[in-house]
Formats: sequence, structure tokens, C-alpha cells
Amino acid sequence: MSPATEAPALLRVEDLEVAFRVPGGEVVASRGVSLEARAGETLGLVGESGSGKSVLCRAVLRLLPRPAASVRRGKILFDGTDLLGLPEPRMREIRGADIAMVFQNPMTSLSPVWPLGDQITEGLRLHRGLSRKAAREAGIALMQATGIPEPARRYDDYPWQWSGGMLQRAVIAMAMACSPRLLLADEPTTALDVTIQEQILALLSELQAAKGMALVLVSHDIGVVAETCDRIAVMYAGTVVETGPAAEVLANPRHPYTLGLMGSRPDMDGDDRRLRPIPGQPPDLARRSPGCPFADRCVFVSDECRTAQVALTACAPGHASACLFPERVQ
Amino acid sequence: MWVLRFIALRLLQAVPVLLGVTLVAFLAIHFVPGDPVRIMLQGRASEAAVAEVYARLGMDKPLLVQYARFVGNALAGDLGTSIIQRAPVAKIVWDRLVPSVFLLTYATILSVLLAVPLAVWAAARRQRLADHVIRLVGTVSFAMPSFWIGLILILFFGLTLKWFPISGFGRDFLGHLHHLFLPALTIALFLGPLLIQSLRAAMLDAMTAEHVEVARAKGLSESRILFKYVLRAAAIPVITILAVNIGWLISGSVIVESVFSVSGLGMLLVHAVSTRDYPLIQGLTVVFALLVLVVSLLADLAYALIDRRVRP
Amino acid sequence: MSAALPTDDAVSERGAGLRGEWARWSTSLRVGLVLLVLIVAAGVFAPWLTPYDPLRQDYSSALQPPGAAHWFGTDSLGRDIFTRALFAIRTDLVIGFWTTYVPMLMGVLLGAWAGLQRGWFDTALMRVIDTALAFPFLVLIIVILAILGPGTHNIYIAVFLVGWTMYARLARAEMLVEAGKDYVLAARTLGYPARRILLRHALPNIINSSIVFSMSDFVLNILLVSGLSFLGLGVPAPTPEWGAMVAEGKDFMQQAWWISTLPGLMIVVTGVALALVGDGLTHRFGDRHVTGH
Repeated sequence: MSPATEAPALLRVEDLEVAFRVPGGEVVASRGVSLEARAGETLGLVGESGSGKSVLCRAVLRLLPRPAASVRRGKILFDGTDLLGLPEPRMREIRGADIAMVFQNPMTSLSPVWPLGDQITEGLRLHRGLSRKAAREAGIALMQATGIPEPARRYDDYPWQWSGGMLQRAVIAMAMACSPRLLLADEPTTALDVTIQEQILALLSELQAAKGMALVLVSHDIGVVAETCDRIAVMYAGTVVETGPAAEVLANPRHPYTLGLMGSRPDMDGDDRRLRPIPGQPPDLARRSPGCPFADRCVFVSDECRTAQVALTACAPGHASACLFPERVQ
Repeated sequence: MWVLRFIALRLLQAVPVLLGVTLVAFLAIHFVPGDPVRIMLQGRASEAAVAEVYARLGMDKPLLVQYARFVGNALAGDLGTSIIQRAPVAKIVWDRLVPSVFLLTYATILSVLLAVPLAVWAAARRQRLADHVIRLVGTVSFAMPSFWIGLILILFFGLTLKWFPISGFGRDFLGHLHHLFLPALTIALFLGPLLIQSLRAAMLDAMTAEHVEVARAKGLSESRILFKYVLRAAAIPVITILAVNIGWLISGSVIVESVFSVSGLGMLLVHAVSTRDYPLIQGLTVVFALLVLVVSLLADLAYALIDRRVRP
Repeated sequence: MSAALPTDDAVSERGAGLRGEWARWSTSLRVGLVLLVLIVAAGVFAPWLTPYDPLRQDYSSALQPPGAAHWFGTDSLGRDIFTRALFAIRTDLVIGFWTTYVPMLMGVLLGAWAGLQRGWFDTALMRVIDTALAFPFLVLIIVILAILGPGTHNIYIAVFLVGWTMYARLARAEMLVEAGKDYVLAARTLGYPARRILLRHALPNIINSSIVFSMSDFVLNILLVSGLSFLGLGVPAPTPEWGAMVAEGKDFMQQAWWISTLPGLMIVVTGVALALVGDGLTHRFGDRHVTGH
């Protein structure tokens, strides 16, 4: 893991709020989300389903379903430019070239009717104007870099001929095609076998180190994030509740939810074999009540928590928490 | 090439059905209550004439032998002889084949041109009002008889506006297109709503597939995504739906041919029935089933062309 | 889960009995049923709703446009079209009904049995169904009518002979799914005879899709009968029948458009009513299954 650099953040999300119109009202999927990703650094985004992680990734690429979803507030700064204000054609130039995304399920990320090589190099032909021949060469090189054996022979294969792990490598190759400066990986290993997960994570780290790009790794599994990330941002109920250097956050969590997440991991080495889930359910995002969203499930809760406004505040250098009483978290 | 292997395989699979079809066609004449030959000759027949026709049709032989000859002849292209029209059935059918096939193709193309854009539009705008309107229009169109639609089109476009001829086939290719426009449109209007419903669902699936989102994340424009990914993925269900409904397409064309006096297989069938021309009816039975089979085969071939997974 | 979706409990809470039943129906179902009831009533009470005789010809009032005396105008033989259209309700609805529900009964039983028992019966049945479905439906009916001769009775025979195939295929497919379910296996291990399993246990669960399909089939059968009559192969003259009436006006489209147009409209309205009911039933049934005991 490379040490965090002091370079300015490549990606900077400021106070983002995303709402979805649903029959019967609306759901605020993200509220007050702020975070940063730096070049050469891996940011882990952790949270359970519905915490807003995927919404955030899609918001960055402006892939949220219109007209259902709308960004109500905030900025998404990429290298200083607010992506939310860009005209669509300019945004299309950025997608796939400067910012790329790896999706969760490799089996459905690729179209079954086009050959893999074609799909991997599509970005190259589109953004860099490569000819078919040049693209083919580049594609084979990409496949090699992502650990796909015999790339020249497999270039014309179809997705249904490959396994999940190989397909995810292809998806990564596809995302890396134009050497993006920021890669968003949305649960890239969730749909894969445990043994393959390790390989894919290692691959992502390798590529990141080689290209010096910023990597945002989204996962619901804090274990996955712990191994590969420099910094961590923990999300709950649509907001970021804690951010900081990975080692620091994991050793000294400053938010009850983070503590709960770590405690709920199955521990094969300890004496106590029981699983310890966090009691309760995440709040209904269609109905927002004031105060801390975690209040109903928090073991350290007090009355103030249910009424006061919560926001990320620093509790140590580079380490921020949205808890009103971070010192209580042990 | 795989095409030949594919066709051979499909034909082989069709053999049991073809046998069933020929059996049905063959038995038709034998189930006529009364004496089929006498009915055909309509009473102006002497004993000798009746016996002669029996011999000519080979109906004096045992059933199994007759069936064998029927199938054997059919394979050689001989579908029997029409006593009433005094000509080989195969020739009579052949003369009327072109207008029917032209009409069916024309109607299919118009149906697709009508249904696909509307289905795409309906899938793209899953709002409540547009959806309800399309569903209602679909329900109403479903209940509209093809002969009624045809007559109304004749009234407006043929008789009142005089834009299109109301009968016949025309003499050259352009003439065909002109004469058959209203009949083809009639079939398309009656088949269209059936298609739109299913297409809308298929379009929705294709448009919300994850690989479409992935393509968008790569920076492809909406139109490129539509043509490269969505339409290609949706083409398969379109072909399925068309193939499944071929029976209705042909049934509709039988009626439409009568409405517009297009001298195709449909009108021939109706004529054969009213003149009790049993050999002709038998031949037509086989031909219609063959039409359905050929269309199914073409659909399967189209699938295999689009989606490699299907190829043997 | 959020409270947005009504649970089964909430639905059944709206009350048992007729009142509760009505509340559970969608707009389509209600409109369709009301329309249908009106049409049926018009057919039943036809003789009292019009002063004219549907069969009586009166050359002096031939080809009258719709007006106060003749609401739908008159045809070339001077018969009142409105009267004939009303009486045709009887013809078309009755034929439509029997040609739908008799094949449905036959087809569902045959198909479900095949799906449950499998074996030679299943194979044989599928062969027959494949052969029947190799023909365009109308063509097959026309051929059978060609053999049997004209007449309403023969229309029934023709449709009974081939109409069951769609239902059989549908029921068989559903049965194949049901047969793998635990309650069927349980019934088998209890030693229940196949007939009992079929009728008491499996059938109630698979019948829904057939009932929904039957509404579309009803419409298609009305279109079939009117189509056959239009071609001159259906209900013989002078019985009033919508398709036959449209055919009678075919040569008079320019001077007397009402002869063909209005009876056709009756077909559309009736078809829409049936289709709305079918649509409503789809929503009403949803995926709910009945557990047999």
C-alpha cells in the first residue's frame, strides 16, 4: 500500500445530494456526501446495500437514471472541473477515457452478441480513434496485462465461453483500455468465488500502482477493503459517516457503525463462534427523520443524537467522523 | 458451412410434423360425409364417369397404398389433380403463390416498421398516461376484425381519397407495391398491436440490460448504444414474436385477400371450398403447412445469424 | 419492506363476500364486466328492444341511412340493421362461448394429464398438438368445414376438433412446473390416485392462466366466426351474424357505408369488453396460488 500523497484530490465530492422519484413520493439516496480520491491512492467505500455507494459511483459518471433521479445539491469536482455542470457530449468524452467503471456482475456486463475483443477495445476506437488493427494489438496487450492467458487466440471469443473470473479480467481490461485517471470499481469481486476474489483485488492494486491512477473500491465487505485500500470512507443510509486512513479507521473506529461492521465479521480464530450482527434495520430512505440516521441501532446513543444535525467533523488528522460522540466508540 | 448443417438439422426435426400434416391432408377427402367424387361432379355424373374419376385419383386402391402414393407424389412435387379445374394442383397453386408471398412479406415489413418504433417509444417513456393509452389502443385493435379494417381502409383511401387501388395485384413491382399497400396495411394494423405489447417488454429488457449501462459508462452515445446493443438484443424477441404469430399472419391474409380480391392462395382456398374441389383443398393444406414451416426455418436461421450461441 | 405495497393480508382485509370482491377489481375489470352485461342483456331482450323483425325484407326501405326510424340504417334487402345487430349478439356470443369453453375444458384436462403422467400419452399428445399447430388456425378450420360441409353445427365440430390444442399446451407447461412442487410429491407419496391429484390439487393452481387466456380466445373465436361468415363459410343466411352482415355491405361501401361499418363496430365493442375483463382477471389473479388439501 503506497502512503497517501499530499497531491490535491483528483476527485472531490462536496455535499452531494441525490433524490429518486418513486411512486408515492421520493427517496433521498445520498445526502451530504463528501469525499476525496487522490491519484496513486486507493479509496475504499464501505457500506451495506442501500447505503448509497453505487448511487455515488453512478452520480460521478452521470449515469443516474433520468428522469427518476436528480442531483439536488453539491459538486463533483474532477481535476477541478465540476462534472455536474458539463454538457453531455463533453461528459461522454470523459466516460471511459478519464474516468472508467468496473461493474459488479461480469456475466451481465458484457453483451452476448459481440466478441470480447471488440467490446474491450471499443473505447479505444471511440476515444482514441484507433483502427481495427491497432485496436486489436492494443486489446491483446490489455488482455495480457490483466492476466488473460493466450490473448491472441481468445480475442474473438464470446462472453459465454468464459468463466466469471476471466470475464471480470476482461471487464477490467475494458475499463483500463484508455488508461483512465480514475477507476471506480463497484463491488468487483462480489459475484466471484473467494479464491478468484484475491486475484482480482491483486490485479487492481497492480494496475493502480503501475498507472498511478486513483482507484475507488466499493464493497460491502470491510475485509476486502481492509486489505487493499489506503483510505476508507464508510457510508450508511446515504451519507458518509467516517473517513480516514485505512489503518487508522480499522484500528480506531470513531463511529459506532464502523465498530459494528468490524464486530460483525465472522472471526474464525476467536473463541466466540457466534455471529454478531448489528441489531435493527437501516432507516427507510423515503422517510427521513432529524438527527443521526444510526440513532435507532446505536449502542452509545443519547437523546441529542436524535435531534441534532450531524456532519463529518475531524477527530484526528485526516480522520473524520459524523458521530456526535466519537470518543464513546470503543 | 454451418448454414447447411443447420438447415438439414431443422428439416430432419420437422419430419414427424410433416408426416402428420400429410396425413391430415390425405385423410381430408376420406372423411367427407357422402361420396366425395359424386359431390365434386355435382350429379351430372354417370356411373362410368364416377368410376373413371375414382381410378384417376387412385382412390380405388387400399388406403395405405393411397397414402404412400400421396406422400411419394408430394415429395416429387405432384400434389394431385383438380377434377373441377382440370389441371394439376401444383400448377394451380404455383400460379397463385407469388401474390400471397408478396403480401405476407410486405405485411411483415409494415408490421415491423409500425410496431418497433412504437414499442421503443413506449419502453422509453414508461409514464403512466402513455402506457395506458398504448394499452387501450392495443386492446381495441385486438378486437377489430381484419375484414372490417380492410373495408374501412377501402372506404377512406380507396374510394374517397382514391390514393390506392382497391383490388388486384398490379403488373410490375411498383404496381404490386401500390396495389398491395392497403391489404398489407390491413394485416399490419391487425397484427401490430399483438407485436407492440410483446416488443415493448422485450425492448425494456434490452434497454435496461446491464451491458447497456456498461456501454454508456464507456462513453458511447445514446444512438450508438441503441443501434449496436439494444436493437440487436431486441431483434431476437422480435423474430420470435413474428415467427410465433405467422399462423395469425397467414390466417389474416386469407381474409384480407378476399376483401381486396387479391388472387393468392387465400382466395384460392375459399374458391376451392365453395366448389368442393377436394384434391385442390388437399394440396393447399400441405402448401399452407409448408409455408408455416419455411417461415419458422427462416426465423431460426435469423436467430443463428444474430446470436452465435444458437449455432450448432 | 416499506409500506407501499399492499400485502395479501391487506387485500383480504377489505372484506369477504361480494362487496370485498368488487373492491378488489381494477377499473378494466369493472368497465369490461358492465359493458359485457349490457351487451348480453341487449341480446337477451332483443325482441323487446326493437319493433322490427330481423328477417323481414322490405324493398321499399332498402339502403336507408341511419336515422330516427332506423338507428343503424337498413341494408339492401330493407332489413333494419340495428335489429339484426342486436339479434346477432345471440348468434355470435353463443357460438363464441361454446367454441371457447368446451375446447378449454378438453384442452386443460388433456394437457394437465399429459404433464402429470408423462410417458406415451404425453408424447402422443405433443405430436398431435404440433401437427395441429403447424397449420394456420383459420386454414385448418376452413379445411374441416370444407369436408363436413357448411352450417353452424359443423363450425362447432371443427373448433372442438382443433381448438383444444392451445389450452393443452398451456396446461401441460403449467403442470410440468407444478408436478415438481412438494404438494404434488406429497400427494403421490400418500398414494392418491393420479386423477385425484389432478382434479383436486393441481388443477386449481394451473387453471388461472387458462381462464385469462380464454378471454382472448373468446374474442378470437368471435373474430373467427365472423371471419368465416364474411367468407361465406360460416353461419348460413339469413341468420343475423355480424361478419355476414359486414359481407353483405361489402359491395355497397360507397353508397351505404353503414351496412358494413356498424356491425363491425359491434364486434369491436364486444371484443373490447371481453379483453378488458381478461385484462382485469390477469391483475386480479396475479401470482396467487391455491393450496390444495
